[in-house]
Amino acid sequence: FKHGICTVEILDAKTKDKLCFLDKVEPNATIGEIKSMFHKSHPQWYAARQSIRLDPKGKSLKDEDVLQHLPVGTTATFYFRDLGAQISWVTVFLTEYGGPLLLYLMFYFRVPFIYAPKYDFTTSKHWVVHLACMCHSFHYLKRLLETLFVHRFSHGTMPLRNIFKNCTYYWGFAAWMAYYINHPLYTPPIRYYINHPLYTPPPIYGEQQVRIALIIFLFCQVGNFSIHIALRNLRPPGSKTRKIPYPTKNPFTWIFLLVSCPNYTYELGSWFGFTLMTQCLPVAFFTAVGFIQMTVWAKGKHRSYLKEFRDYPPLRSPILPFVL
Amino acid sequence: MSAPAMGTTKTAHSDVAPKKKRGPGALATAYLVIYNVVMTAGWLVIAVGLVRAYLARGSYHGLYYSIEKPLKFFQTGALLEVLHCAVGIVPSSVVLTGFQVLSRVFLTWAVTHSVREVQNEDSVLLFVSAWTITEIIRYSFYTFSLLNHLPYLIKWARYTFFLVLYPMGVTGELLTVYAALPYVQKTGLYSVTLPNKYNFSFDYHTFLILTMVSYIPLFPQLYFHMMRQRKKVLCHVEEYKTE
Repeated sequence: FKHGICTVEILDAKTKDKLCFLDKVEPNATIGEIKSMFHKSHPQWYAARQSIRLDPKGKSLKDEDVLQHLPVGTTATFYFRDLGAQISWVTVFLTEYGGPLLLYLMFYFRVPFIYAPKYDFTTSKHWVVHLACMCHSFHYLKRLLETLFVHRFSHGTMPLRNIFKNCTYYWGFAAWMAYYINHPLYTPPIRYYINHPLYTPPPIYGEQQVRIALIIFLFCQVGNFSIHIALRNLRPPGSKTRKIPYPTKNPFTWIFLLVSCPNYTYELGSWFGFTLMTQCLPVAFFTAVGFIQMTVWAKGKHRSYLKEFRDYPPLRSPILPFVL
Repeated sequence: MSAPAMGTTKTAHSDVAPKKKRGPGALATAYLVIYNVVMTAGWLVIAVGLVRAYLARGSYHGLYYSIEKPLKFFQTGALLEVLHCAVGIVPSSVVLTGFQVLSRVFLTWAVTHSVREVQNEDSVLLFVSAWTITEIIRYSFYTFSLLNHLPYLIKWARYTFFLVLYPMGVTGELLTVYAALPYVQKTGLYSVTLPNKYNFSFDYHTFLILTMVSYIPLFPQLYFHMMRQRKKVLCHVEEYKTE
C-alpha cells in the first residue's frame, strides 16, 4: 500500500530513449490517465496508439490498470511502443459493410459500364435475382444496424491498415458475386428453363431449391441476430467484463449448448443458403473463404474461453457442433 | 527468411538469422540431404542435356524438347519443399515457398507445356537456363549447409549469380507468357464463358496478362530483398575474415 506521490518515466521500447517524465502522479492513477498525460507532451501519439508496458518486449498494460497495483516502486518506468495510426472499430465496420450494400445494388440496377450498353438500367427477368438482391441487402443492412445499435466492442480501435485489407475483401467479393448474379446471362437454379417470354416453368427442382435456400437464409439471419443480442446482454453498458454465454429463453440461442461461437455458425449457414439460392460458384468461394476465417476466429475464441474460465462447458465445439 | 520468387530467385533460408532452437532431427536431416542431392543431380542432368543437345544440333533452337521430361519431373518435385515447410523440417514460410514453387510449376505446365506453339521460342531457353544454373547452386548450397560444410564459393555464387540470373529468368518468363497470348485467345484455352450452370466465368488470356503485370510490383521487391540479403551474408563473413 503506497502513500504519497509517484513519478513516472516513459522510455521508448526500442531505443530506450527517455520520452517523458511525469512527476506528481497519484498512486491510484490508471494507465489510461497516464496515457492522457503522455499525449499532452507528445500530441502526435493519441492514447489509442500508445502501448505502455512494464517490459520492452512484454504485453501491453490495460487502461484500467492502477499504478499502485503494478509491480513498480515510487518511480515507475514504463516502455512505450507506437501502435501506428488507429481507426475506430465502428468506422471500419460501417465502411466495410456499406460498400457491399451499395456495390451490389449498382450491379442489380445494371449501372452503365458494367455490362454491355444495351442492358444499362434493365432488370433481370429471373425472380430469384430480385430475391437474392433483397437477401444480400437485408444482410448488410442488418450488419450496419447491429454495428450502430447492438455490438459492444472490447477494443475501441484497430490499426489503420486493417481498413484497406478488410474493405478489399468485402468490397471485392461483393462486386465479384454481384457481377454474376445480376448478369444478363445468369442461369437461375431452375431446370429446363426455356427462353420464351410466355413460358411458365412448372414448379420443379429449381424452385424447391430456392425455397429451401431462403428458409435456411432467414433462419440463420434470425439466429445470428439472436446471438448478437444475447452477447450484448452479457455485458453491461460501458463495461469490459467477460462472461460465459449461456442459452436464453430464445430457442435460437439454445445452440450455445453445443457451440462457443454460434454467431459464426449462423453466419456460415446464411451464406450457405445464399449459395444454394443463387447457384453461383463465386458465392460458394466467398462462403468457403469466410468459413475458413471464421473457423480460425472461433478456435481462438474457444481457446481463450477455456483459458479464462475453469468451469467452461466441455460439450461445446468452436463453430460446428461436435465437428469443428 | 525466404524470398518469394517468381521463377528464378533463390529461397533465402535463414543463414543470417540466429540459430534456431530446434533444427530438424537426425532422420529429417538425412532425408533433406538426400532430397537436395537428388535435386542437384536432377538439375545437373538438365544442364548436361541442354549442352549436349546444343552441341549435337549446332543451334539454340528447339532445345526444350531434349530436356522436357526431366524439367517437368524435377521442377514439379520441388512441390515437396512446401511440405517440408508445413511439417517444420525447414524453417521457411509455407506461403512464401508455396508461392515461389507454384509460380515455377505454373510456367512449366500451364504455359510452356499447355501452349505447344511457344515451346520453340528462344525465351523458353532463356528461363530454363536461368532456372537450371540457379537451382544447381541453390540445392548444393542447401546440401552443404545441412552437412555443415558450406564452401564459401557456393555461398558467394548463391548470393551473386542471382544478380544476372534473376533478370534473365524473368525476361524469359515474361516473353514466353507474351508469346502464348495469341494462341490462348484464339483457342479459349482454360477459359469458361457464360452462360453456364454455375454462373462462373474465367478468361485465361486476361489472367495471363494480369500475371505479367504482377511482375512489375513483385520483381523489384524480390530483387532488392536478395541484394539486401547479399550485403548481410557476404559482408558479415568478411568481417569475420578480417579478424
